[in-house]
Amino acid sequence: MEYKISNRLRTGAIILMILGALGVGYGFIDSHSVNEDNIVEFLANESHHDGEHATEAQGVEEVHGESTDDIEKDHGHGAEAEVEGHELSHEEHVLHQLHNRPYAALYVAAFFFFMISLGVLAFYAIQYAAQAGWSPVLFRVMEGITSYVLPGGLIVLLIVLVADSHIFIWMDENVVAHDALIQNKSSWLNKTWFMIRGLIFLGGWSTYRHFSRKFSVAQDLADINDNSNFKKNFRISAAFLVFYIYTESMMSWDWIMSVDPHWFSTLFGWYVFASMFVSGITVIALVTIYLKSKGLLEFVNDSHIHDLAKFMFGISIFWTYLWFSQFMLIWYANIPEEVTYFVTRIEDYNLPFFGMVALNFLFPLLLLMNSDYKRIPWFVVMAGVVILFGHYLDIFNMIMPATVGDRWFIGIPEIGSMLFFAGLFIFIVFTSLGKHPLLAKGNPFIKESEHFHY
Amino acid sequence: MASHYEAPIRRPLITGEKSFHDVTVDVARPVEGKANKAWWIVFSIALVAFLWGIGCIIYTVTTGIGVWGLNKTVNWAWDITNFVWWVGIGHAGTLISAVLLLFRQKWRMAINRSAEAMTIFAVFQAGLFPIIHMGRPWLAYWVLPIPNQFGSLWVNFNSPLLWDVFAISTYLSVSLVFWWTGLLPDFAMLRDRAVRPFQKKIYALVSFGWSGRAKDWQRFEEVSLVLAGLATPLVLSVHTIVSFDFATSIVPGWHTTIFPPYFVAGAIFSGFAMVNTLLIIMRKVCNLEDYITVQHIELMNIVIMLTGSIVGVAYITELFIAWYSGVEYEQFAFLNRATGPYWWAYWCMMSFNVFSPQFMWFKKLRTSIMFSFFISIVVNIGMWFERFVIIVTSLHRDYLPSSWTMFSPTFVDIGIFIGTIGFFFVLFLLYSRTFPVIAQAEVKTILKSSGERYKRIRENGDSLSGTG
Repeated sequence: MEYKISNRLRTGAIILMILGALGVGYGFIDSHSVNEDNIVEFLANESHHDGEHATEAQGVEEVHGESTDDIEKDHGHGAEAEVEGHELSHEEHVLHQLHNRPYAALYVAAFFFFMISLGVLAFYAIQYAAQAGWSPVLFRVMEGITSYVLPGGLIVLLIVLVADSHIFIWMDENVVAHDALIQNKSSWLNKTWFMIRGLIFLGGWSTYRHFSRKFSVAQDLADINDNSNFKKNFRISAAFLVFYIYTESMMSWDWIMSVDPHWFSTLFGWYVFASMFVSGITVIALVTIYLKSKGLLEFVNDSHIHDLAKFMFGISIFWTYLWFSQFMLIWYANIPEEVTYFVTRIEDYNLPFFGMVALNFLFPLLLLMNSDYKRIPWFVVMAGVVILFGHYLDIFNMIMPATVGDRWFIGIPEIGSMLFFAGLFIFIVFTSLGKHPLLAKGNPFIKESEHFHY
Repeated sequence: MASHYEAPIRRPLITGEKSFHDVTVDVARPVEGKANKAWWIVFSIALVAFLWGIGCIIYTVTTGIGVWGLNKTVNWAWDITNFVWWVGIGHAGTLISAVLLLFRQKWRMAINRSAEAMTIFAVFQAGLFPIIHMGRPWLAYWVLPIPNQFGSLWVNFNSPLLWDVFAISTYLSVSLVFWWTGLLPDFAMLRDRAVRPFQKKIYALVSFGWSGRAKDWQRFEEVSLVLAGLATPLVLSVHTIVSFDFATSIVPGWHTTIFPPYFVAGAIFSGFAMVNTLLIIMRKVCNLEDYITVQHIELMNIVIMLTGSIVGVAYITELFIAWYSGVEYEQFAFLNRATGPYWWAYWCMMSFNVFSPQFMWFKKLRTSIMFSFFISIVVNIGMWFERFVIIVTSLHRDYLPSSWTMFSPTFVDIGIFIGTIGFFFVLFLLYSRTFPVIAQAEVKTILKSSGERYKRIRENGDSLSGTG
């Protein structure tokens, strides 16, 4: 079945990108409207507007009193404050947070869409390695989504390069000079090595994606009894999964955990994996339902949707399991160097932090428990939207506390960034979907998959 | 459930020219026949080990925990090591029957019955340790929140040891129900075939009057699916809670967030290794090579390889984060494991768990029965060492150097462990003579789709009618 991205979708994607770019641009201009010259005025105005602040702090003097408290809560940039003789004034601190915001918003959105495509790539490889009989009809959908891995990943690295210490405090030489803890890590956490690692990860992932796509298409044209391309794909999928399990962990330590360079958790890599995996599967379901609604995937039946919805359900619970394990163990032991991570989040991000658990656990649990519901497209779409929003918040909760602290808000910079990357994602994915037929007809399991019924 | 079409590249799961009747006869043969000499010899050895273990337990309880090798610093060692080891082994059964059911893996059908039996017998052994390692085991019932004469004195629900009580007891009961439900049609088969009245009576009793009507089968399937859906989170949570015993603490080397999924992966790893050990022998002595084929062993080896690699990633993660954390206690804990007085245990663990499963990447090795058997034993030893290393090396050297010490087990520690191995084999040997060791009702559902004979008929384009 041939597919071409429709003009409407392409225009829509471009509009999203333009709107998003405007939002991002506004975010940068707006955040820099406060600078060294008018920050005192800004804070005074703010305390005047904000009821809570107004009662607590009558003047700038009082705000100064609060500042140590503020800075301690903010763990990542607490690094700045913990150093003797290098304590930032409250104004400088707030100014950093304000200036970090558009970068962080952009980074969260870029990583979110990138991780979706990487999650799909892992799912795709697992389907090959496990010789699944139900999913080959969805392979082309997955291949389309994974076309975003390379551009998406490069953009993430580019943002890191440009944003520098606006996101990763350990990239600020002044901070490192006064922080013994970060100095001890600098053989790992330095910009050059970080970028080289990032490129190695991306290189490995996109190489796999390139060849798996190539073999998958070649299998279409091959002779009926010639499964050599399939076998090659099987082998490289297994190899990729080994590479992936290591690099995914390291990528999460690098790209996310190191925004709080003092904090560490052994579970972190797998936790991020669960988030990307469930988001990826959700997007497979959404794209499949969209294409199906256009009448383009007549071989996909509601059993396929049912299976995808089961994965959304199961992996959502798995994500919650890992979230809870990480949270509970740190909460229970209450060791100061670890627990600050959650203290900041509970104090400053109460609603997004716990709201995310509701979105990522309770909603999928209740919505997708019933097997009939898992076969109703609009129901799966509803659940999918909730899950995706929940996992956006998950990434938001990982990045924002370390970069903007309690000055977070989901406003124009955040929404603009999301719109921009949503547009880019749709543009790249659907353009790629149009390049090859939507049925991987040469796959030896394709007939099993077409007749799949659960 | 599955489609009627099966891709030709899938290999048959039942080899030989089996018909439905052949399956029945093959499965019933060990139960209906008489035990041979070899069985009696092995049974006697297991029984002696079991009795020796009981002796050691009685000695411990009547004399005191001091007869073990524990000391004031290392106050958990063989007891909890064995506990976690047995619980871990018990996980593969549920994995095979529940998780593989959810993933529609047809190959599970030949092995699920024995894997579940193994689960239940292993959890029995595990369940002994929380009681006998108590100083006052006769007060063990105090862990239960029952109203009492002490002004309703209750337990504190904050302790992972109490969560263990709930986890293990729930796990045992759910596994037992799941196992028994699956046994109903098979017991009914034995009942219907029994010639001696005593056997008929027994199998009639345990098969609960199963008559195999359409409605019964439909509900049976649904119950299995629901139980599988419940057992999967259960199996994850049980070993997670076991891992919480360590991970909630503040002991360097114990307090780490990766423990929950990593213990679960380790449990699957060791559990599958034990299933492999048992089934490689069972297929031979019970003449079940047509059902438990080399492909089954290969697939189990792949699971072992996969979970072994996950465990390997976890080891490396722990090492990296210990360095990355900059916490010197944490760094020392891992340095001590690798180079301290228990270095040999650490390196046994590393080489047995991380390196040995990597041999399974070679098709020649993973399809070799001898090699699989060897590796399955190696993995089980390695996983025992894993628990030992985690528990003892973290305890014997932690925050205060003045509390540093060593641990060595006494003959009672060892005797109890040997006793549990004996008990396990007593139960498993009795099981293999009285229970249908293969879920024949399930195997019959895949005979026509995955049996060698039927696959050949279909590939030749002939009709299946009249071949039943």
